[in-house]
Amino acid sequence: MWRFGMLLLALSAVSPLLAQADLSGNWSALQHQDWMERGPGPDPADFLGTPLNEQALAKALAYSISQLSMPEHQCELYPPTYMLIGPMSLKIRAIVDPTTDKVVDWRMSGAADMAVTNVWMDGRPAPSENAPHAFEGFTTGVWEGNTLTTRTIDIKAGNLRRNGVPISDRAVITRHFTRHGNLLTVEMFVEDPVYLTEPYVMSRTFELNTAAPGADEPYHCSPEPEVARLGETGVVPHILPGENTFPEEFSKMYHLPVDVVLGGAAEMYPEFRKQLKDKYVPPDKCVRYCCGWGGGSASDEIKCIGVGFADAEHPFGRRR
Amino acid sequence: MHWSRFCGCRASVRKKALTLMRIFGVITLLLAIAAPLAGQAAKSAKTTAPTDADFTGYWVSLITEDWRWRMVTPAKGDYASIPLTLKGKETADTWDPAKDEAAGNECRSYGAPGIMRAPARLHITWQDEETLKVDIDYGQQTRLLRFANGSSATGPATWQGNTVANWEAGPATGQETPSGRPKYASIKTVTTHLRPGYLRKNGVPYSGEAVLTEYWDVNKEPNGSQTLLVTTAVHDPMYLQRDWITALEFKKEPDGSKWDPQPCNSRW
Repeated sequence: MWRFGMLLLALSAVSPLLAQADLSGNWSALQHQDWMERGPGPDPADFLGTPLNEQALAKALAYSISQLSMPEHQCELYPPTYMLIGPMSLKIRAIVDPTTDKVVDWRMSGAADMAVTNVWMDGRPAPSENAPHAFEGFTTGVWEGNTLTTRTIDIKAGNLRRNGVPISDRAVITRHFTRHGNLLTVEMFVEDPVYLTEPYVMSRTFELNTAAPGADEPYHCSPEPEVARLGETGVVPHILPGENTFPEEFSKMYHLPVDVVLGGAAEMYPEFRKQLKDKYVPPDKCVRYCCGWGGGSASDEIKCIGVGFADAEHPFGRRR
Repeated sequence: MHWSRFCGCRASVRKKALTLMRIFGVITLLLAIAAPLAGQAAKSAKTTAPTDADFTGYWVSLITEDWRWRMVTPAKGDYASIPLTLKGKETADTWDPAKDEAAGNECRSYGAPGIMRAPARLHITWQDEETLKVDIDYGQQTRLLRFANGSSATGPATWQGNTVANWEAGPATGQETPSGRPKYASIKTVTTHLRPGYLRKNGVPYSGEAVLTEYWDVNKEPNGSQTLLVTTAVHDPMYLQRDWITALEFKKEPDGSKWDPQPCNSRW
């Protein structure tokens, strides 16, 4: 009985460790919301619902995605926010201290163009304020019930959204990882005193995939000329202030006022609809990206406009 | 040191004492296991709610994703992100809001599988010890999350269907309070008996066979705010190739000063 009692006592002592959700595995990215954002990528100048400030808007409007073809930028990795806005799946491994058998690091990888995130669980201190920032930043985690809450600081400046909405190196990214059976939902809460007027909140759900091996660490990158005019010519693709025509194009395509497509915190809330009610008329029909989801377009039998434009004579279709 | 070293008594007495101790040990163990279960059985869903995750109050949806499909009515034929079947597409292609209005079906996009993605405010309260009431200003709808076992659907199917709820505290985490209530817990809800409606304002359909499974979580943010995160899975063998799985965020508001009830509208 005494031995049995001791066994119960020992089990109760380790139960907190055993009880935390196991996040390890390969998690498939479900692109069942914002498929266009996470698949082909957002339209240029689509800043709808983004709480960006004037500085961020000016920087985003000057951005040209061709910058990524410059040798200087080819090997840059996306910030940790890319976990939620990119197309890639997620691989999570538990790194266990062999002497204590405790998880000291939830290692998260999966995207070729996003750095590995180590979520330190051992309470280690943050790096010095003078330490160089890393693409992945510095991340610590704590369990709150069944949810792993992580805090990331010390990232490098980059893009919050792939169409040039910026994120600064002073941003703090909080993520909540909650597992429900075979689903893993990640909520992200981004605070950026440089570029955001309010926290930017978004989420994404991944599905456990036991069939695929999952992607590993980022690739080893060697920059080389991709586009002749960007080789060693010193050309930096950009759009000068006042010359960006994408807001007007986007506005016409989706029947939204130009000032609305430029974003702002007010657009995140239901009451913003009152500003649109008398101005907005839905387009007659969907002309592009009408039925993409998950791993790509819809099944062939649907014969929908999965990508691009259905009508080459459409004013935007001619740009193909 | 063995207990018998303290007892200079005879062997038969020691044997009886050992037997009594064994019986006492077994009874103690059984009581230890049974007590929490008995306590739980006697407590209501409300009194077993987590202490640090308060689902009640006013919540506002944050439209930071799928803005063109949620904040405004998208174009007819825009099914991006939804794994529709061919039958689902064909049905969506017949969308005609005028017909819905004529048939008194203005609320077809306000059913449980669709309304949670709408630009809306929620007011969550305990209707009784076993029922969380979710009032939604958008379309003036009410969802009832019933925790009591055995609640079953009766009568005709409705826009909000019949929802069965359960606390999911997960395994013991060492973060329980002295009262036995968990600090954190999720709510799992399963909604059936739904009247056929729209997943999206532009007529993307779900059928009466649809089953909506949701996981409700409250997250605390570093600036002191709270986020209600609802992970949803819509299962519909008629119109979906696979479960449609999304997640939604709501921010807690201090009061109902921005509550703005609006009637159903099939076009806007």
